Amino acid sequence: MNPAIRTPLLFGFVAVLMIGTGIVQGWNSALLILNMGLISAIMALGVNLQWGFAGLFNIGVMGFVALGGLAAVLVASPPTPGAWQAGGWNILIGLVLGAATVVGAVLAQSRMQKGRLRTITTLAILIVGFVVYRAVFDPGVNAVEAINPSVSGHLGGLNLPILLSWPVGGLLAAGAAWIIGKTALGLRSDYLAIATLGIAEIIIAVLKNEDWLSRGVKNVIGLPRPVPFEIELQQDPAFVERALSFGMNPVTASGIYTKLAYAGLFVIVLLILLWMAEKALNSPWGRMMRAIRDNETAARAMGKDVTARHLQIFILGSAICGIAGAMMTTLDGQLTPGSYQPLRFTFLVWVMVIVGGSGNNWGAVLGGLLIWWLWVQVEPMGLALMQLLSSGLTDGSALQTRMVDAAAHMRLLTMGVLMLIVLRFSPRGLIPER
Amino acid sequence: MDFLNAIVVLANFVIVPGLAYGAQLALGALGVTLIYGILRFSNFAHGDTMAFGTAITILGTNALLALGITFGPLPTALLALPIGIAGTCLLLLGTDWLVYKFYRVKKAAPVILVIVSMGVMFVMNGIVRFIIGVGDVNFADGERFVVTARGFRDATGLAEGLAIRTTQVITVVVALIAMALLFWFLNKTRTGKSMRAFSDNEDLALLSGINPDWVVKVTWMIVAALATTAGVLYGLDKSFKAFTYFQLLLPIFAAAIVGGLGNPLGAIAGGFVIAFSEVTVTYAWRRVVAYLVPEDMAPDGLLQLMSTDYKFAVSFAILIVVLLFKPTGLFKGQSV
Repeated sequence: MNPAIRTPLLFGFVAVLMIGTGIVQGWNSALLILNMGLISAIMALGVNLQWGFAGLFNIGVMGFVALGGLAAVLVASPPTPGAWQAGGWNILIGLVLGAATVVGAVLAQSRMQKGRLRTITTLAILIVGFVVYRAVFDPGVNAVEAINPSVSGHLGGLNLPILLSWPVGGLLAAGAAWIIGKTALGLRSDYLAIATLGIAEIIIAVLKNEDWLSRGVKNVIGLPRPVPFEIELQQDPAFVERALSFGMNPVTASGIYTKLAYAGLFVIVLLILLWMAEKALNSPWGRMMRAIRDNETAARAMGKDVTARHLQIFILGSAICGIAGAMMTTLDGQLTPGSYQPLRFTFLVWVMVIVGGSGNNWGAVLGGLLIWWLWVQVEPMGLALMQLLSSGLTDGSALQTRMVDAAAHMRLLTMGVLMLIVLRFSPRGLIPER
Repeated sequence: MDFLNAIVVLANFVIVPGLAYGAQLALGALGVTLIYGILRFSNFAHGDTMAFGTAITILGTNALLALGITFGPLPTALLALPIGIAGTCLLLLGTDWLVYKFYRVKKAAPVILVIVSMGVMFVMNGIVRFIIGVGDVNFADGERFVVTARGFRDATGLAEGLAIRTTQVITVVVALIAMALLFWFLNKTRTGKSMRAFSDNEDLALLSGINPDWVVKVTWMIVAALATTAGVLYGLDKSFKAFTYFQLLLPIFAAAIVGGLGNPLGAIAGGFVIAFSEVTVTYAWRRVVAYLVPEDMAPDGLLQLMSTDYKFAVSFAILIVVLLFKPTGLFKGQSV
């Protein structure tokens, strides 16, 4: 089918799904799905930039998303009183010393003559640096974590507007991507995959264990919001009056109002990023990227610096994932490091890109919205299916309980089967690359 | 100075657990490396293959226990292991026929196969959850210890005890048997030799009349056996949880790459390198050092380089260092 008809048709189908959800399950749940769908679409845009444009195999999306979430905490949460005086500076100086150690070791490796002296110097820098770093860093951490651990025990943030954390999340993710890209790009594609998988796990481990930074598994809750709280709206007489004049329950109306406000913010970010990605795709730069993807050797022969371009697009794509991560934490209003799961935050995004159509920005957005809707709806659908299938069995029999319990695991199976079917029968996705 | 006690502490907390964990990783890495050598892609579904094999074995164990059959002092799961291997064999051969074969015939790029294996990973993860749920399952039975800490103290008169669990001994013994069988098969039998030929040079192997379909089938069967064994041993030693097996993917890949992808000997070495680095870096060395230095110099801190939650970081760091300085791995793998 002509893409000029196909694309609007598919987006229309997603709109019908969302509206149908609104009619059947209520507008609050439909908007909830839409909001996460928009965020997922942004993540998919980032992965599409890396995989679709440049053929880079990044399965560390979860890590960049989590870094974005960390940015929300560092930017927007109020600083813990006394934390900086107690040990904040120690922590900061310790981190600088640690970074200096690594830089020193790298410099020694690159500047000195190859030989035994170089190995010994590098090792000496690393060992001395590590001991000094721990000596400065540890007392600071202990002091900060001792401050009222049941409610704070972390440094806190800068108390700035939370919207500022979205670009900051992008910057954090970009910085991490630069470090990874510098080491792992230029190796073969599976190695980059393993390296990104590893770094994502490490980022999550840091968030879970460094209590001074993000309170670890104790979670940071009650982050400020860019939109009013539902409860404030319900106490606002003007709002209640307006809701009643529309014939709506003020409680429902306040939920819909805030979710619509979030959706508006997310749509703005999505449209800006989509516009930029489209411009990039159709620019000489985008054509160069696809040329590199399709034939690296030929591109190199034409004088293109393949490694530098790869690094560039790897950083850009990861930054977009970081922005999406900050937006998600803003929407949740809390950072819960324990909830980051690779299947949900890395591999599901890949399903979105593959199903939507890798190499096509509209495809990635469509995939994000569609797959997120499916991910949410498969569970109730599976439950209904299992109840239907087991309706002939006696109530409460072992088999029936088992089948109904198993419905909760339908999600992964459906996603896997869907991905395999698309890869097999329509490998270019729903909206193929032009 | 108390040298003997220091060695016992070291053995108890580093050497014995490290050996068992290393053997489990080595078996897992052997599966990854064989698939890479013969089918030429990194199989991301390997962790979930291990989980599937273990889940089937657990079902078999429960069935055997229900029949009143046990393995005496040894875990019943060892008796059920063949059932698990057979089930995993069927699953992998079915997956190959249904999914991978299409791409192999088409000669798709390896990275496409990696993405396909991601889809397979989703499906297998779902199947495992269907079969056994997401909870922790402990299926080790029989005698718990070969050497208990108290028994060791009484026998030797040392201050420190050394406990060796049955599962740890079984892990090492079974792993050794499996490795010996694998190397015998690869080096002595006709099929094994044709597998090695296929891995070294596909075109030459085809030219000399080796049947590629048969080689691929045998590879999947061996991988099923290795993955199930690795999974069951890991589950006996710790406990079974679907999600943990997925996370094992990282150290297993690190082991295979460190040893040199496609090289079975390297996979074994890599497994032990990764395991021992993880254990030594995350172990608190205070008690060992306290025995070795004069009393007034005993350290105050834990002397722990990193907290145990950072064990992923260790396998990752080793991986990066090896990739940067010796991209083909410690033993010569076939990476480009």
